[in-house]
Amino acid sequence: MTQYVILNKTDLDEFISRLAQIKKTVAPVKRGVKNYAFEEVTSGKNVAVKYIPTILPPKKYFLPQTETLQQYDKSKKTWNAVMEFQEMIIFGVHTCDLAGIQCLNMAFSDKPKDINYLARKNRILIIGLECNDYCDEYASCKVMDNHMPNGGYDLFFTELDDFFMVHINTLEGEDLIEKTGLFKEAKEEHKKALKAMREEKRKRFKDEVNVTHNQLKPLFDKSFEAPVWQSLEARCVSCGNCTNVCPTCYCFDIEDEIDLNLTTGVRKRRWDSCQNEPFAQVAGGENFREARGERQRHRYLRKFKYPVDKYSRYFCTGCGRCSRTCMAKINLKETINELAQGAK
Amino acid sequence: MKRVTLKESAYNVKTGKILVAKMLTAQEKYFKIALAGGESLDHEPGQFVMVAVPGVGEAPISVSSSPTIRGYFELVVRDAGKLTHVLHQLEAGDTVGIRGPFGVGFPTQILEGNDLVFVAGGLGIVPLRSLINFVIDNRRDFGKVSILLGCKTPQDMLFGDEVDQWEKRLDVNFNCTVDKADPDWKGNVGLITSLIPGVTLDIERTFAIVVGPPIMYKFVIAELLKKNIPERQIYLSLERHMKCGVGKCGHCQIGDVYCCQDGPVFSYDKIKNNIEAL
Ligand SMILES: Cc1cc2nc3c(=O)[nH]c(=O)nc-3n(C[C@H](O)[C@H](O)[C@H](O)COP(=O)(O)OP(=O)(O)OC[C@H]3O[C@@H](n4cnc5c(N)ncnc54)[C@H](O)[C@@H]3O)c2cc1C
Ligand code: SF4
Ligand code: SF4
Ligand code: FES
Repeated sequence: MTQYVILNKTDLDEFISRLAQIKKTVAPVKRGVKNYAFEEVTSGKNVAVKYIPTILPPKKYFLPQTETLQQYDKSKKTWNAVMEFQEMIIFGVHTCDLAGIQCLNMAFSDKPKDINYLARKNRILIIGLECNDYCDEYASCKVMDNHMPNGGYDLFFTELDDFFMVHINTLEGEDLIEKTGLFKEAKEEHKKALKAMREEKRKRFKDEVNVTHNQLKPLFDKSFEAPVWQSLEARCVSCGNCTNVCPTCYCFDIEDEIDLNLTTGVRKRRWDSCQNEPFAQVAGGENFREARGERQRHRYLRKFKYPVDKYSRYFCTGCGRCSRTCMAKINLKETINELAQGAK
Repeated sequence: MKRVTLKESAYNVKTGKILVAKMLTAQEKYFKIALAGGESLDHEPGQFVMVAVPGVGEAPISVSSSPTIRGYFELVVRDAGKLTHVLHQLEAGDTVGIRGPFGVGFPTQILEGNDLVFVAGGLGIVPLRSLINFVIDNRRDFGKVSILLGCKTPQDMLFGDEVDQWEKRLDVNFNCTVDKADPDWKGNVGLITSLIPGVTLDIERTFAIVVGPPIMYKFVIAELLKKNIPERQIYLSLERHMKCGVGKCGHCQIGDVYCCQDGPVFSYDKIKNNIEAL
């Protein structure tokens, strides 16, 4: 299989139209000032090729906000475990969000496996899209090592002069290339252009915080009693926005719904947030993370410590969404810098 | 969105038929349950199941019976909220949904051949009973057995008849205390911690198994450590908010461990440095 092909920029519109004829296709679309969202598209007309991270990450397709896990029938006393899925193609996934999907894959394939997630993810094709430059000042993808493509896609697009360089990573990706029929083989000159762009990019992207990738874990290992959590305690309002928009947050709640006939119904899971006060409360009233500072610490440790111990991987992609969305202006880069300052 | 049935899912629910239901105290109800088709639950002492009522929800409930009993299992439910309240309305002949058993129970293989000190506070007797009865059913495989029981008032005592049997056995050293006595009470009055200094034990071969409300652990462990029991010979069962039971939903996380998968039973040395544990 040819590894690289090219697509003329003028053919992008047609490419998206043809994708949409193959399967439901979603892509980043502009939603107001500095706001983008993944939405269904039928042509390239509305697709934003340059965009800052969407409000919600592509997580919303892999782990939908609500999802049915079981159907029950009280009269027949039966329970049925079910899964929901939709065949689709996601176009335009940045490298940070590719990393986010890889994190979710890891968590849900950890035993006991979550079949609902795993079966759904296999029905979603992923077309990545490179950021040649920083999206904005909130990103910290370089220090998280997610600014360069690291797998996790079927096809990967890089915008260069008047064409896209496209890396074919899977048979399913190659199939899309063949079916859409708009691609040409990449020549030496195209590969050179890609290499030149990447070299430039490496110079432009610098660690966005005052510690290196490898220093983050030891920093968080020693952070339990750090004063920075007290400062977050005073500012965080526990709205849970930071966890909702995070590509690697996957905590959920499970709830029953009953139909109007009062006999049949479904059990659903829906996104939950460790920032909600009752999240860790048990009967009898004990709350194991009562203070907002404790809950914020937990959020950070679930990015920079626990998953590293368990999966040897940071669960922060550096997308910057949590900082962009926080109304209390809690900023991930600042939190890390404050921690590093305090550790000196 | 398409929906298909899954044969293998962590969210598969088995049907449990209630064989017996009776109130034990004003707040606690006992259930004897058999799985449909005579299937065995196959649990370890200390594990829990997720009990479901369609349209209401699910809650983690400890299996209170020993796995030495086949054909049915026992639960004791305190009326603590939405789901548990509905469970209290159910009677013999009704059905519930059962997922599990989940979690890591008590390490029966490690305990074998050793002396055991059981410390149960309040509702802690419910999960601990699965192990106590397992040990009694296999009595000769274990060394000295002491049971220390504590509850608020004599009326809160669960499984009174069974406790009387334990007390009468010559191969069990039994002691019991209440926070507040009534005129008929002949036993000790005071916190459960007050029973520990009176136990004589061989620290080389004694394992302490402690289950009770969150507040109890610090004090009981302090007393046990005063007796020089090694930290790895103290086992606890922790309670956390749980939704999935399979290590995904995040509700039960205690620092880097998941209570539903890595616990609920932990040895003290494994969690003493976990700032979210005790
Ligand atoms: C491993 C384990 C074993 C348990 N064993 C028993 C037992 O043998 N007998 C018994 O009576 N109880 C037991 N519990 C506690 C029992 O799970 C809760 O009382 C029950 O979940 C409350 O649900 P509810 O719908 O009735 O209450 P809700 O109306 O949902 O809430 C009442 C209170 O319970 C808390 N709560 C809600 N859901 C949970 C949950 N899933 N886990 C813990 N707390 C929750 C809420 O935060 C609230 O404070 C156990 C809990 C755990 C974690
Ligand atoms: S978005 Fe900000 S205020 Fe809201 S829970 Fe997260 S850190 Fe707290
Ligand atoms: S913690 Fe913030 S920056 Fe890191 S992946 Fe989550 S939303 Fe993005
Ligand atoms: S109960 Fe969901 S992770 Fe433990």
